[in-house]
This record gives sequence, structure tokens and C-alpha cells, in this order.
Amino acid sequence: MKITILYFARIKEVVNYSSEDVVLPEEVETIIALKSWLSGRGATWQKLFDGSGVVRAAINHELVDDMATFDEGDEVAFFPPVTGG
Amino acid sequence: MYLKVSVQPGDFDVGAELQQLRAATPQAGALVNFVGLVRDVSTDGQVSEMVIEHYPGMTEKALQQIAQQATQRWPLLGIRLIHRVGSLTAQAQIVLVAATSVHRQAAFEACAFMMDYLKTEAPFWKKEVGDFGQHWVEARASDEQAKQQWKLPK
Repeated sequence: MKITILYFARIKEVVNYSSEDVVLPEEVETIIALKSWLSGRGATWQKLFDGSGVVRAAINHELVDDMATFDEGDEVAFFPPVTGG
Repeated sequence: MYLKVSVQPGDFDVGAELQQLRAATPQAGALVNFVGLVRDVSTDGQVSEMVIEHYPGMTEKALQQIAQQATQRWPLLGIRLIHRVGSLTAQAQIVLVAATSVHRQAAFEACAFMMDYLKTEAPFWKKEVGDFGQHWVEARASDEQAKQQWKLPK
């Protein structure tokens, strides 16, 4: 399945880009599975998703938790806790 | 019900915005507003600039949803929400939350509610720049607690 991933704020600076299109293996269809799949890319990614810092996620502009599932063509975003206002 | 939400780089004129809200909701007996400002000092030193990043598309939707929730909980007549993004100087206005209602309590509570939700659910991220260099502003546990107080009993 193909999805788009966006990164914001500190996370964007850590991974060094703001968006990418990825083609995922069939079994990767939840946020938690996606985090684990991305962690396989190396130390930087592993550290990002190891639980030491909070990473929030959204699917198609809605805040979601780790168990949420996405579909073909969805937009998934990862970002730190928000600090507006 | 009058509801207007804006996400914009430019500054806003509080007086003009409130005047517009009053004109749109002439039945109102109460108008409450809150303006958030860029502090000129942080834990690390003097702040000269604040850069606010956001998630275009999701930001507007999140603010609309927060305003909608407020209208479901309080008998409001009008809401005006503005949040700035981009580079702001110290003391600049960041956010305006305003509400009108027949009596004051609804507008008071709705403004506090919308700020508490905005701080924990709208996708904005602040970076402070100053004599210390630059750093991302950390989310505060007290903001999350402030939101929890609005949870309705099950």
C-alpha cells in the first residue's frame, strides 16, 4: 500500500525532510506498525520512535492513537506534542 | 450562530475583530476575549523572535472542531478565532479567541475551554529565538491538565 508521510517541527529536523511517499508491506497498516517499520531504517529512526519522546500521529488531518489504521493513499503525519496558543 | 476561524501570518486588529463580532451577533449581552502574546523571555534567556510552524489543512479543521465543540456545550451567539503562524517578534499578538453570548458565563467559559483545547489539540509548534540561540517550546503538562478539567462526567 502506498501512503504519504509528513513530518513536523522537531521531528522534521531529526529526519531532515518534511514529506515522503512510501510503499508499505501488506502487514503495515497501523500507526504502531508504521513506527516499527520506519525504525528499521536505522538508529535515527529507532531513537525517534523508541518511546523516549512523545510522537503524536494524525491520519488525514485527524489526531489518532497507535492502534489506528490507514488505507491506500492516506496522509499520515508525525509530530511532537503541540504548543500553540 | 456566527463562527469565523482564521490561520494567518499577518497581525490582527483586536478592536476591529470584536466590532465585527458584535455587529454579527446583535442579541449578545456579553463579549469575552483572550489575546495570547509572544513573551520576551524564556527559561534560557531573552527572546527576540518566535517562529510558529503548523500543519496546513489540519490546523483549520482542528480549530473549527474546537469551536464546534464549544457551541455544543454553551449557548453561544458568535465565535471568532485567529491564530498567527510564521515569524513573530517579541510582544507580538499570537492568538485571539472571542465569544459572544446572551449572558457572560457562557462566553467566559467557552473562551477558556477553546484556549485549553487549542493548546493541546491544534497542530502548532513554537520555536523561540534569542540570545541563547533557538529552541522548540516544550509542551507543558499543566496544559494537558487544564484540558482534562473540561471532560464531561461519563
